[in-house]
Amino acid sequence: MNEDIRLMKGNEAIAHAAVRYGVDGYFGYPITPQSEVLETLEALMPWETTGMVVLQAESEISSINMVYGGAATGKAVMTSSSSPGVSLMQEGISYLAASELPALIVNVMRGGPGLGTIHPSQSDYFQATKGGGHGDYHLIVLAPSSVQEMADFVGLGFDLAFKYRTPAMILADGVVGQMMEKVVLPEQRQRRTAEEIRTQCPWALTGKTADRKRNVVTSLELDSAIMEKNNERFQRTYKEIEANEVRYQGYHLDDAEYLIVAFGSMARICLKAVEEARKAGVKIGLLRPITLWPFPYEAICKASENAKGILVAELNAGQMIEDVRLAVHDNVPVEHFGRMGGIVPNPAEVLGAFTDKFGVKFNDQTN
Amino acid sequence: MAKIHGAVVIDEERCKGCDLCVVACPTNVLLLKDKEVNDRGYHYAYMAQAEACIGCAACATVCPDACIEVYRVVEK
Amino acid sequence: MELNQIINPANRVYARPALLDDNTMHYCPGCSHGVVHKIIAEIIEEMGLQENTIGVAPVGCAVFAYNYIDVDWVEAAHGRAPALASAIQRLNPEKLVFTYQGDGDLAAIGTAETIHAANRGENIAIIFINNAIYGMTGGQMAPTTLEGQKTATTPYGRRVDLNGYPLNISNLLAQLDGTHYVTRQAVHTAATVRKAKSAIKKAFQNALAGKGTSVVEVVGTCSSGWKMTPDASNKWMEQHMFEKYPLGDLKDAGEIIPKSK
Repeated sequence: MNEDIRLMKGNEAIAHAAVRYGVDGYFGYPITPQSEVLETLEALMPWETTGMVVLQAESEISSINMVYGGAATGKAVMTSSSSPGVSLMQEGISYLAASELPALIVNVMRGGPGLGTIHPSQSDYFQATKGGGHGDYHLIVLAPSSVQEMADFVGLGFDLAFKYRTPAMILADGVVGQMMEKVVLPEQRQRRTAEEIRTQCPWALTGKTADRKRNVVTSLELDSAIMEKNNERFQRTYKEIEANEVRYQGYHLDDAEYLIVAFGSMARICLKAVEEARKAGVKIGLLRPITLWPFPYEAICKASENAKGILVAELNAGQMIEDVRLAVHDNVPVEHFGRMGGIVPNPAEVLGAFTDKFGVKFNDQTN
Repeated sequence: MAKIHGAVVIDEERCKGCDLCVVACPTNVLLLKDKEVNDRGYHYAYMAQAEACIGCAACATVCPDACIEVYRVVEK
Repeated sequence: MELNQIINPANRVYARPALLDDNTMHYCPGCSHGVVHKIIAEIIEEMGLQENTIGVAPVGCAVFAYNYIDVDWVEAAHGRAPALASAIQRLNPEKLVFTYQGDGDLAAIGTAETIHAANRGENIAIIFINNAIYGMTGGQMAPTTLEGQKTATTPYGRRVDLNGYPLNISNLLAQLDGTHYVTRQAVHTAATVRKAKSAIKKAFQNALAGKGTSVVEVVGTCSSGWKMTPDASNKWMEQHMFEKYPLGDLKDAGEIIPKSK
């Protein structure tokens, strides 16, 4: 095996994976805790190797609009930011969705609201999964919980974005962005040629030739009848994504008496809690949604059939819990455990929540 | 001395009757129709004094709707 | 000589450019946008650039520019056209990339994108229509609205103590190291149209030659917004607009042109 194994931060893995995937352009603006994405790309100088464009924009607003322009020409383009910066990008993300353009947006979440804190959080779940900007749209939202997934989801995100002509988001958090782990980087791919873009993306702005009408990328349509049809087309795409692209990972679901639903860095903590609980005689299972949209409603419903209760653990005040409740239709008690403001809990606190919310007793192993 | 003959053809349906060609014409060839309107309801431009046209294309150059074609013959 | 002898394809000296779409433009009668669209279509045709051009349309009256000039277009969010154009040009360096923006788009909501694209010296052409008013939304104050000028949001005239000063953004852009060519033109007479056309052609040539950012401001009218006839608008523009926004080159070949006065 010639696996290219490295030790690096999640943010750095995003940058390396982008170059390896053959991304055409990255446009970003520094913000903690994700600045290493841009820093790493500038240090890698991919314009010398793959020809990838890297540009530090004057703002997140400009970054996302550079992505919008680049995506309109059929190029694989991306940006990254953290929560306040992603708020600034919402207008552009709405335009990307409305213009049916593929692109990848990375949000390495920090605590809010407002300027909030630079410490980790998962409080942009609503923003990421329910649209975020104006209008009826969804993003494909991938939630990595390891540095490896930070690297892998760059390629997955672009593949899905181009397959469905819709923007995708990697919704990471400050823990996954900043922690260092072993990562196997993907093999270097070539960027697509102009000819490949012409054939694979007939909608792209490649220059109007005699053999086709001019291509126009726009989100504007003043004819309400056509605008409704456009919206219906978007919704059909979303239905197709919901039918085909739900991803999640289950741990000890078969015999679980209680279930934890958690994503991203919180899922790692909860996995440790599950192991501790089992040592202490309580059968807890973990379901980790990998796609936050489309959300694994059915999988959660099925996994909870024999459960006495579900704990939704998040680094926020309770956001994904709304989707979990929709999944189980009030058939199972659903409780929330969350920390905010950049606090990252330990596994014992998660188990403590089981005692508080469900009265679960764990065998004391300390004696 | 060479004599210059000009003429314009106005796309009457495209014309919005803005009057800018009338103002731009150095030989007072053009006017807007006083009563007649096109399908959009505009009093469109026409050659009121065709014989004065020198085909200079000033009218067409300033026309925002590109509805004027210009023809020119230099008689030697 | 009879008219039918003159009107003969062999004698045609001026025709609608082939790259101007057959669609009737949505602009009001006498609108400057139509003239600028026409000369852009002529230039792209003359330079043989149809297959090599990507236009970036703004938000404002020219939002539908893509309905009229037969090249590939993207319609930007309000003010963001220079950001789109920066990325499009860097990702497609062989293409002619130009933005088409009004005063609100370029000099109010998109000031940051405009200044930073120009300051990076992006190899793009910016066509900037300055008619001192927001046309599409119904004639509100623009950053370039003149002192004392009445608009829907300055019904008693722009007061600098309330609304600040008219923004001369082209002078500002000329100061930036990234701009190669900054000029101010008009399209109200045949002579000014021809000059404006030369200026836009030069801007396109500069962009293709990788010389940095070129900006062509076209001082125009908005007869609906100004509530005057097109001809009266042109006269008002000459009397009032040209004083604040005098025509001529502000910068050429990277050198600032000293004021002639």
